Amino acid sequence: MKIIVCIKQVPDTKGGVKFNPDGTLDRAAMLAIMNPDDKAGLEAALRLKDQYGAEVTVLTMGLPKAADALREALAMGADKAVLVTDRVLGGADTWATSTTIAGAIRNLEYDLIITGRQAIDGDTAQVGPQIAEHLQIPVISYAQDLKVEGDKVVVQRQYDDRYHVVEAKMPCLVTALSELNPPRYMTPGGIFDACKAEITTWGRADLKDVDDSNIGLAGSPTKIAKASDKVRKGAGEKIVPDSPSDGVKYIVEKLSEKHVI
Amino acid sequence: MDFTLNKEHEMARTLFKEFAENEAKPLAQEVDEKEMFPRETVDKMAKYGFLGIPVPKEFGGQGCDILTYVMCVEELSKVCGTSGVIVSAHTSLCVDPIMTFGTPEQKEKYLVPLAKGEKLGAFGLTEPGAGTDAQGQQTKAVLDGDEWVLNGSKCFITNGKEADVYVIFAVTGKIEKKGRVMKEISAFIVEKGTPGFTFGTKENKMGIRGSSTYELIFTDCRIPKENLLGQQGKGFNIAMHTLDGGRIGIAAQALGIAEGALERTIAYTKERKQFGKSISAFQNTQFQLADMATKVEAAKMLVYKAAMKKQEYVTNNKVSYSTEAAMAKLYAAEVAMEVTTKAVQLHGGYGYIREYEVERMMRDAKITEIYEGTSEVQRMVISAGLLK
Repeated sequence: MKIIVCIKQVPDTKGGVKFNPDGTLDRAAMLAIMNPDDKAGLEAALRLKDQYGAEVTVLTMGLPKAADALREALAMGADKAVLVTDRVLGGADTWATSTTIAGAIRNLEYDLIITGRQAIDGDTAQVGPQIAEHLQIPVISYAQDLKVEGDKVVVQRQYDDRYHVVEAKMPCLVTALSELNPPRYMTPGGIFDACKAEITTWGRADLKDVDDSNIGLAGSPTKIAKASDKVRKGAGEKIVPDSPSDGVKYIVEKLSEKHVI
Repeated sequence: MDFTLNKEHEMARTLFKEFAENEAKPLAQEVDEKEMFPRETVDKMAKYGFLGIPVPKEFGGQGCDILTYVMCVEELSKVCGTSGVIVSAHTSLCVDPIMTFGTPEQKEKYLVPLAKGEKLGAFGLTEPGAGTDAQGQQTKAVLDGDEWVLNGSKCFITNGKEADVYVIFAVTGKIEKKGRVMKEISAFIVEKGTPGFTFGTKENKMGIRGSSTYELIFTDCRIPKENLLGQQGKGFNIAMHTLDGGRIGIAAQALGIAEGALERTIAYTKERKQFGKSISAFQNTQFQLADMATKVEAAKMLVYKAAMKKQEYVTNNKVSYSTEAAMAKLYAAEVAMEVTTKAVQLHGGYGYIREYEVERMMRDAKITEIYEGTSEVQRMVISAGLLK
């Protein structure tokens, strides 16, 4: 069985968020981690590998430093890694991203594609199903459990108060929830091997059946009007007045001082 | 000279940090208070290869270097000194001598399961009357046919009752050296469950309380002749070689404890308010933290340098790392004691309370100045190198 796991390097929310002047994320300036839903998807693939034997290829689109997320996946046990990186692919929204990833996947053999449900930076949950659409294969989203039986997958698709058991014949695509599996750790030896491993790097020219009008910022129908971080407010001044009227007096004085009233 | 870590070491640090935070830290207080050996954590470490980090893959290890192993002990010790010493004693004191001095059969039988973490290792040199003076050994081994018969006892043995494989030292005869009659010491591999091998007192310790420190007792304990480790009579050299490596592990443990205490103190002094402001705004706090951080950094440089020197030895056994290991252990242990003591002081009354981790860290730090060669022994080793 051949499994492709699509992963994304996302900003670590613990490290703070920074923006470019055009409103897109300044990924180069932020600490980066593997998207949690994707990591759970990778764990699902690795469990299938442990159980049935499978070749697991991890694929990502991003800046060259996204190779770090691929190396982490290799150190967890993935077999091959593909990085799709090119300046012309930058600024892509979900449409341009899914077009690009589908173009890369057309070069690979697969029985099953696993993506995370959504990335913590965009929260759209669109890229996985869009890839399936581009490749014209079935998709089952929101997987909280995943099994392979013969030539089909059996998935528990999560709803608010229940789950549906859905089957699909392979090849197909499944989007994974972070609660699908707690992901395994890397191993020290896996890390050393991953750092020596070759990462296949593809650019625009390597994408198959992809039109220029559907990639990068120019090929993205989504236009960002404005994006901003939460503005941190000052600590302010705390006083403990002797009486409510003293408090009112103090506030009025302060507001007058600042010419607010 | 390059002080930047390469990619694999950065990734390994991330791994060990995550593991320590998620797996070891939540149990650290219970491990200490209940003297609980963290079996669950050890099993997880085994699963992820932490018990065979510097062992070649052909022997079931991870094929990484000494620095990676050191970083593992360091990160574990930042949150739990007990977890740090379990890995250190296993790797440096049991895996290393079998890897260095074992026969191919011994490596197959013992090194592979130890490196895979299927078995846990320990080391028995110390006796009630033989601590710093390793020549004071009383445990005897006598060859009887195809078996060695061991009689005697070992004390203060880390991983004592929890280990499966023990490297044990015993007197096998007398030799004359420069006109003086001395004890001939040899090393042996002893398995748990061997008839005549039992456990004595469990030590109730000040710190690293979960590390299962036991007395080992040998009463007509018969082990196969082929369990002699290295040549007969070379036991003292094997012990000294092993302790040189062990000191780097303990130096890493001390470094981790100091770093852990510093991290918590920085966080605490920012939060704790007195006289209307954070105590981190007071110059005394700032200067104390600056001194602590500087010493921790210096300790780290010595520990990493010793790890890299031992790595050189791995490829060229003419290289000696004895002085570097002694300096790293001496300095890191004393820094651990100083930094944890200051950490408690900066926490004030709360630092003396069990719920605040620095209290445990100060108790854990003390042993690093004592075991695997006291600070005084390290000074002897270092000065012997200077004055030879």
